[in-house]
Amino acid sequence: MDKKLERILLKVQKPARYTGGEFNQIIKDKSDVSLRVAFCFPDTYEIGMSNLGMSILYNTMNSLDFVWCERVFAPWGDMYEEMKKANLPLYALESGDSLDKFDMVAFSIGYEMAYTTVLDMLEMAGIPLRSKDRPELAPLVFAGGTAAVNAEPMAPFIDLFVVGEGEEVNNEVLCLYKQAKDAGWSKQQFLTEAAQIQGVYVPSLYEVSYNDDNTIKAVTAAGGAPEKVKKRIVQDLDSSPFPTNPIVPSTEIVHDRVSLEIFRGCVRGCRFCQAGHVYRPIRSKKTETLVKQGIETLKNTGYQDITLLSLSTSDYRQLPQLCDGLLEYCQDKSIGISLPSLRADNFSMDLMEKLQKVRKSGLTFAVEGGSQRLRDAINKNVTEEDLLNTCKIAFEGGWNTVKLYYMLGLPTETDEDILGIAEMANQVLHCWRMNSPNKNRGVKITISTSCFIPKPHSPFQWEPQISIEEYLRRVNLLRSNITARNVTYNWHDAETSLVEAVLSRGDRRVADVIEEVHRSGGRLDAWSDYFSFERWMSAFEKCGIDPAFYANREYPLDSVLPWDHIDVGVRKAHLLHEREMCYKSQLSPDCRKQCMACGALKLLEGGRRCDE
Amino acid sequence: MSKLRLRFKKTGRAVYISHLDLMRTMQRAFARAGYELEYSKGFNPHPQISISLPLSVGAASLCEVMDFSLKTEEELSSVPERLTRQMPEGIEVYDAYEATRKASELKWLEIEGLFEYDERSKAEMAEKLTEFFSQESIVISKKTKRGMGEMDIRPAFKELSFETAAEGVKLHVLVSAQEPTLNPQLFCDALEQKAADIAPDFAKFTRIQAYDREMNIFR
Repeated sequence: MDKKLERILLKVQKPARYTGGEFNQIIKDKSDVSLRVAFCFPDTYEIGMSNLGMSILYNTMNSLDFVWCERVFAPWGDMYEEMKKANLPLYALESGDSLDKFDMVAFSIGYEMAYTTVLDMLEMAGIPLRSKDRPELAPLVFAGGTAAVNAEPMAPFIDLFVVGEGEEVNNEVLCLYKQAKDAGWSKQQFLTEAAQIQGVYVPSLYEVSYNDDNTIKAVTAAGGAPEKVKKRIVQDLDSSPFPTNPIVPSTEIVHDRVSLEIFRGCVRGCRFCQAGHVYRPIRSKKTETLVKQGIETLKNTGYQDITLLSLSTSDYRQLPQLCDGLLEYCQDKSIGISLPSLRADNFSMDLMEKLQKVRKSGLTFAVEGGSQRLRDAINKNVTEEDLLNTCKIAFEGGWNTVKLYYMLGLPTETDEDILGIAEMANQVLHCWRMNSPNKNRGVKITISTSCFIPKPHSPFQWEPQISIEEYLRRVNLLRSNITARNVTYNWHDAETSLVEAVLSRGDRRVADVIEEVHRSGGRLDAWSDYFSFERWMSAFEKCGIDPAFYANREYPLDSVLPWDHIDVGVRKAHLLHEREMCYKSQLSPDCRKQCMACGALKLLEGGRRCDE
Repeated sequence: MSKLRLRFKKTGRAVYISHLDLMRTMQRAFARAGYELEYSKGFNPHPQISISLPLSVGAASLCEVMDFSLKTEEELSSVPERLTRQMPEGIEVYDAYEATRKASELKWLEIEGLFEYDERSKAEMAEKLTEFFSQESIVISKKTKRGMGEMDIRPAFKELSFETAAEGVKLHVLVSAQEPTLNPQLFCDALEQKAADIAPDFAKFTRIQAYDREMNIFR
C-alpha cells in the first residue's frame, strides 16, 4: 500500500471504504490488459456500492479480456482534506493506482446534484476539467446514467455520453477505443467514429445557437453525427448479464443486501416522473430467471437480505410466485425479502405478512397529490379509498407507522389540494383509531413534502417550478392545518430543489455555474452536510445566469428544448398529449389497459412487444 | 455442535476492517462457505460468533482467535481452506478446532511494532526509546469510558526491545492482553505525552503470537 495513504487512513472515519480488497473484487494482471478503465461514482463509497447499475457495468466491462475496469469513489470530507494535505491524487480501489495510469475515466451519473462531484473527482485526479483542454486520446472521459437524458449542463466536461442502458453500448465504446489506441487515432477521429454507435452522444459534435431572448435557436450536428441520439436498451433482460457474484463490501453500505432487478420501465406514466418515461419500454425478467439469480447471488455473497428492485414492484405480474420461489430458499435461513415501491392500490397484505414475519417496519406510500382531482391531473392512480383500505389492513395486522409522501407545487395545484393532505392525515389517524387492535402502542403518521421539480422527457418538462417563497407559503399553509399530535410533518428544503431544477433543465451555459461552484469548493452537493445555497447563488450571479430562467420559467411548448436532440423513445407528441390531459384533470390508462402509443415500442427489435 | 475456535490472520488491506465490520464479514464468509452458524435464541436472533480481544483498526495480526458454533457437525480439517476462499483480501484462516480453553486464559500478546522516523536518526531513536521504556513507571493519561483517566503502562508489558531496520525502528514486546489490556497504540501516546521528541512520525503494530499466563502458546 502507498506509504502516504497508509499514514492518512488512520486519521479518517471508516477507512475500510478507501482500501479496496473486498470479496469478489476483480483483480487482473496489468500486463495482460491493454485498456484500463477507472469507473467513477460521483458520491461516497456507501452510496456507489449500493448502486446496482454500477455493479452490473463493472462486471460487463470486466468481461472483456483486454479491459481492467476498477472502481473509484468520492472521499468524504475528512479524507478529502487529508488527501489534499498529503498531495495524494485520487486512486482506484483495486490496484491503488492513481487515475493518470488509466486510458478511460467513466462516470455513472444518476442525479444532477452529483455534477460538482464529477468535476471534483477529475480535479483530484489531476485531469483537466474541460474536454477541449484534453487534446489527447487518453484520458478519455465518458459518462452515462439517468443524467445523460439531458447531458447539456455537463457537455463541456465530458467527451462522450452513453444514453440509455450501458450493458452493451459501453463495451462497444471500449472495443472502438482499443481499436483507436492500437491504430493511433486522434481523439477527434475516435469521437467522430464513436458518434456512429447508437446511444453515443458526443457533445462537441453538436453546435448550439441561441435566440436574442436566450432561448435555444437550434442544435446542429456536425461530423456525420446523428441529428438525434437514440437511447440504447437491452432487448432481453433474461439473457442480459446480471452479476450474481457482486462485490461484498467489508464495511457497511447504504443498501447492504442483494438487489434483484425484476423489470425495467414502468406501465404507469405518472406525469411528473422522469424514470417512468425514460426507462421505457417495460421489460420483465422471467420468474425462473429471477429465482435462480436471486438464490445464486445470496449464495455467492452470504447476504442476509434480498430486495426486489423496480420502479413499481406490485406491477410485476408473478410477484406472489416470485416471492414463493425465493421464500423456499430464504425461510429457514432467516434471510429477509423486502419489497420497496409497492403501490397502495394493489398492495397485497398477504404477501407482506408472509415476508415480514418478525419485524414490522413502517409502511410508506407515495401519494404525491392531496386531492383526487390533483392525483388525476398528475396521473397518479391512487384513490383515497385504496389508501385507507390498505391502511386498515395494515393497522389490523399490527403495523403502526405510516409515512405519506407528497409533492408541493405540482401543475394545477391549489390551496384546496394542499388542505387535502392534512385531511388525508386525519383520515389515516381515524382509520387507525377504528382498526388498531392495540391502541396502547400508539401510531406514528409522517407527512413529507418535497418541491416539484420539472424533469426532461416527462410530460411536465415544460412546467415552471414554484418559487422558494411560494413553496414556503404552501408549507406553512399545510403546517398550520396539521393539528393532530400523532402526525409529524417534514418538508424538504426548497433551495436544493431550485438548484436541481436548474441542473435538470439546464443547457450548456449552466456548465459555467457548475464549474464556478466547484472552484469555490462545492462537492458532494447531494449531501446537506456540504450543499451551500449561497455558493450556488453567488456562482449564478458571477456567471450572469438567472436560475429562474431555467427553474421557474414555463418553457414554451413550441420551443427547442436543450435536450430535444436526445431521443429516449417516447415521442414529444405523447408528452404534449399527457400534459393536456393534466390540465383537463384526466387520467390516462396504464400501458397494460391500453397502449397510448408513446413510441417506446419502437426501441424493441424483431417485432417484440412491450411487457412480453 | 460444541464451541469451536478459529485461528486466523488479518493483514494487508484487511487491517482497516473494524471489529464490527469483521463480525459481519465473518458471518457472510461462513454463509458463502456453506456453513450454518448457530443463532442465539430470542426476539432478535444473531449468529453465535465472538472475538474476545478486538483488534484496533490499522493493527495487523497473525494470531486472531474467534469462537463460534455451527448448527451441524462438520469436518473441521476442511474449514480453513473453505473459509479462506471466501475471505476478503488479507484474511486467512489457519485452523479450526474445539475450544478447550476459555478465551479469558489468553494473557500475553507478542507484538511487533514499526516506528517510522522521516528525519531523525534511527539508531539514536532506538537508544532513546529503550531508555524511555525502561523507566520504573510510565503513567499516562488515557481516555476511558468515564472520561480521562490515568494508567501506568509499565506493569502491562515485558521483554521490550528496539532495533533499527530498513523501514524504521522495530519494537518487540509482550503486552498484557487482558486485566489490564494494553493497546500497543498507547506506546505512541506515552511518547507523545512524555517524550514528544522521540515520538515516531508513524507507527504500526502486528500481533505475532498469543500466550497464556505461564507463557505457553494459547490455542
